[in-house]
Amino acid sequence: MDQLIYAAEVFLNGLMTGVMYALVALGFVLIFKASGVFNYAQGVLALFAALTLVGIQQGQVPFAHLINAVLGTHIESFGWTVPAFLAVLLTALVMILLAFLIEKLVLQHLVGQEPIILFMATIGLAYFLEGLGDVMWGADIKRLDVGLPQGISDSIETVTDQWFGYGFFIDRLDIWATAIAALLVAALVAFSQFTKQGRAMRAVADDHQAALSVGISLRFIWVMVWSIAGFVALVAGIMWGTKSGVQFSLSLIALKALPVLMLGGFTSIPGAIVGGLIIGVGEKLFEFLIGPMIGGATENWFAYVLALIFLVFRPQGLFGERIIERV
Amino acid sequence: MTQVQEQDGYVTADGRQIGPVLMDLRDITLRFGGVEAIKKISFDIREGEIRAIIGPNGAGKSSMLNVISGFYHPQEGEVWFKGYRRGPMKPYEVARLGVARTFQNIALFDGMTVLDNIMTGRLNKMSSGILSQAIWWGSAEREENHNREQVEKIIDFLEIQNIRKTPVGRLPYGLKKRVELARALAAEPQLLLLDEPMAGMNVEEKEDMSRFILDVNDEFGTTIALIEHDMGVVMDLSDRVVVMDYGRKIGDGTPDEVRNNKEVIDAYLGVAHD
Repeated sequence: MDQLIYAAEVFLNGLMTGVMYALVALGFVLIFKASGVFNYAQGVLALFAALTLVGIQQGQVPFAHLINAVLGTHIESFGWTVPAFLAVLLTALVMILLAFLIEKLVLQHLVGQEPIILFMATIGLAYFLEGLGDVMWGADIKRLDVGLPQGISDSIETVTDQWFGYGFFIDRLDIWATAIAALLVAALVAFSQFTKQGRAMRAVADDHQAALSVGISLRFIWVMVWSIAGFVALVAGIMWGTKSGVQFSLSLIALKALPVLMLGGFTSIPGAIVGGLIIGVGEKLFEFLIGPMIGGATENWFAYVLALIFLVFRPQGLFGERIIERV
Repeated sequence: MTQVQEQDGYVTADGRQIGPVLMDLRDITLRFGGVEAIKKISFDIREGEIRAIIGPNGAGKSSMLNVISGFYHPQEGEVWFKGYRRGPMKPYEVARLGVARTFQNIALFDGMTVLDNIMTGRLNKMSSGILSQAIWWGSAEREENHNREQVEKIIDFLEIQNIRKTPVGRLPYGLKKRVELARALAAEPQLLLLDEPMAGMNVEEKEDMSRFILDVNDEFGTTIALIEHDMGVVMDLSDRVVVMDYGRKIGDGTPDEVRNNKEVIDAYLGVAHD
């Protein structure tokens, strides 16, 4: 009985972790849907967004180290702090600007190239952004706090304690993350299914030439999609940054998004969510149930093994577009 | 041919009303590196007519169509549309001016259903805001309903009701061609460009397609410029024909005139070039 209750707690925590994975995976799906490109830089985008948010919030001078080194000055910060809400808004603007620059400087020159070329470009972009983030805001580990509640949720603990005689440990941040992710997903699905821009986005993903011929501007759609992906990265960056601090390892969460995508399918927004949940719950339960028997630390590899199994039996993922091949 | 020179159109022998010049191409030259795909070609397309561009393989027909639709930009020459000279425009800008097209090798959105594909043709007819579209409310709902009505009309017209919800990727070739035509029509274009609409079709499918092209022209009054490889089909269909060979224009006129043009006959029968 105890075991079952613990498992339930692990299950819940897995769901919440899954939501966080899904948040990262979403950014990948958006860009993949619109341009057929696997955006390797998505994780770094989240890191960059989080760095920028902290920087703006604390009134840091961007490129402070560089300026000091060149001019011999000692400026560090503007001496003000920006309210969290405003800082998030400003960071969102920075991400839109970044999307615009990425289109202008990178993508525009690669129109009509093979997806693998574009993929390589995003690898370059990832390293560039990583460096840019360091130079702009410094490489030290930062604390991110935009006022999201953290710590154990007392009400859940009390309620579960009354029901099962054992209080569940659920982080309030996870609950918030879940709610925000749900909202974000609902908005994105509505956008891509019901709006003209959403339809145009799906059209661009499918065939560039045909999209042009019905009057869709590729540039506009790309800037739009990268802006949205940047915004999703910002949300993911806020959640993960609040949880574990803003540091380089934040960009590695992107690697966890890979198995999520293989499970859910690269082209499906709901797929990213369900995939994230399965991976989150799967790895937590596996660690809890099987982990002790085989020496633990299964969380590091479980997701990838699951993804590999999926690749064998359903390569397009759970919700991916059916692979139709006519001969 | 004298009546063709008139400013405001004319009536053909079989009573078809032809309007003034809609698109005028003047001395178009298109080069790919050192190769001249189009050499100083001029012709016009009049409102309401079916204009064919024919010629043997590699004559530069598709390049010509790509110039008209903005996919290629000629090094020399002028493109006039609706009385204005057109600068070097992006294809999507040309589309927004009212030029729709189909492709020789079919460019459809394979992942979408037939209905969704055709709806993309109406993207530029939608104006309500993102928010109201997303929550399906007010003007967005009216607009979407109106667009759906138009699209359903076209679906009826082209007799593809039974495949409305089918993903395009699963359709056979002939139907794909028809869906592509439907998507182009959904934009309510003033000028419709068809790149080999009958390529790869069997006789029955060709007849169907010919009928649809005539009906579209008749019913919606759409001006149509089409490229065809096969001379026979085009002759029955078109009001005027441009004949190209090796990037040059070798004939221009009614089907009868073109049929009796010596140079055209030579090009098609393959007389050796000296």
